[in-house]
Amino acid sequence: MITEENINVGIKEEEFILNMGPQHPSTHGVLRLVCSIKGEIVKNIEPHCGYIHRGIEKMTEKLTYPQIVHLTDRLDYLSALINNEAYCLCVEKALEIEVSDRIKYIRTIMSELTRIASHQLWWCSFGMDLGGLTCFFYGLRDREKILDIFEETCGSRLIISYNTPGGLMADIHPNFQKKVKEFIKYFRKTLPEYDQLLTGNVIMQERCKGVGYISKEDAISYGVTGPSGRGSCFSCDVRKKEPYSAYKFVNFNEVLRCEGDTFARYMVRMDEMRESMNIIEQLIDNIPEGPYAEKMKGVIKLPEGEYYQRVEAARGEFGVYIVSKGEKNPYRVKFRSPNFSNLSALNTMAKNQKIADLIAIGGSLDYVIPDIDR
Amino acid sequence: MDNAGLKEKVLQIVPGAEIIEDKQYLTVTVAPNKLHTLAEKLKEDAETLFDYLFCLTGMDWTDSLGVVYHLTSTKYNHYIVLKVKTTNRTAPVLDSVCDIWKTAEFHEREVYDFFGIDFKNHPDMRRIFLDDSWEGYPLRKDYVDEVNIIER
Repeated sequence: MITEENINVGIKEEEFILNMGPQHPSTHGVLRLVCSIKGEIVKNIEPHCGYIHRGIEKMTEKLTYPQIVHLTDRLDYLSALINNEAYCLCVEKALEIEVSDRIKYIRTIMSELTRIASHQLWWCSFGMDLGGLTCFFYGLRDREKILDIFEETCGSRLIISYNTPGGLMADIHPNFQKKVKEFIKYFRKTLPEYDQLLTGNVIMQERCKGVGYISKEDAISYGVTGPSGRGSCFSCDVRKKEPYSAYKFVNFNEVLRCEGDTFARYMVRMDEMRESMNIIEQLIDNIPEGPYAEKMKGVIKLPEGEYYQRVEAARGEFGVYIVSKGEKNPYRVKFRSPNFSNLSALNTMAKNQKIADLIAIGGSLDYVIPDIDR
Repeated sequence: MDNAGLKEKVLQIVPGAEIIEDKQYLTVTVAPNKLHTLAEKLKEDAETLFDYLFCLTGMDWTDSLGVVYHLTSTKYNHYIVLKVKTTNRTAPVLDSVCDIWKTAEFHEREVYDFFGIDFKNHPDMRRIFLDDSWEGYPLRKDYVDEVNIIER
């Protein structure tokens, strides 16, 4: 007869190495996690990065300033426009150029649309990671509408390079404002569907609440920013702390939750989509007249010095650090990518959790591998 | 705390530190052996509380190698930039700060990977992106790769 005493006879409990990735659907790209597990419990996680490292920081040293814009798209491709903006703001800061309000407004609207599109795709894949395939269709259905708006104005859908030092590549399409307003009206109706489908789902809540906890102190120490940091009460929204572009003209709330678990990070992102819509609504009817690009010199040379620009990308704080020696190429460019810092906290979050929960935790961190590898 | 106050504070901890008020941030250059003390004091002091290291950059200034630390405080919202340099290019060693800010653990591995700076007291000093068998440190200015880097 099987009893409590003899059920484990002959089975030794010891740590076991489980390799997850580099080709695994839940790592959302080529990331390899070497997990030490004991039974079902994760004891240690060691991320192995670098499968798609392209040496972007080295490449920038040979390129001119306008050319580098196109590399910034290829970091976190889901917040391409925000990365463009960060880089352009840094160059403008160095040249002491104040762009027109029209450029600021358009940049902010584009950044917020990017944020919504990025959170939609995160929601798709998060639901799918937890086993709800329908989420994927709902999210992509709505994301398509934003990509259509991008396509009409910028000419491309994913890696856009719409910003350029001193302004924008082109003016907005005549239909832009109408299309954006239509989208907001539409998305206000469909966003509650997301809640009905996934947020209220008991299985999803059971898998997320209390899973992958990280304290505020750890979040700050590891530099976990963006929605992941704000899920742990770490008030890190650069849009509030150091307003850039048109964020000083709008009213919005920084979404904060203090539970620090996967569900908190989920809810922060859901609420951020609503806040982004509020921001866009305040700006879309008031885009001032003016040039869409400031006059720039043919060859841009930054004065000697060091320049740093922080922005709030969809996954956290994105920073551009340019060291210039007064030539047409930068001496050194460093991209502070949010995902790299967020990934470093994965071990703390997943320790002593079930191996299946690692998928939920990874999903809630929403990592994009090209941003980690650069 | 404003820049003048920070300057005074830094000079109290490390007399003779080289301080420049840059256009954007207050920049302090310290000797490698003073860095860890300064960093720890700046984090622990109740008036400065630099608890958030938001950027750690490896640098090659051709005559020296080093690291740039961008720090801010989540309570006071003031900024400081620390720089540390070493002229030893064959076996550069600097103190690790990952016991102060945990985010430094990954970032220092990145710096080791690309600049070859060894961090003392780092728990896991290995390459993070490149293969263990990779020769040289690619982000150094004197790195040569005849196949992949085209000089024009």
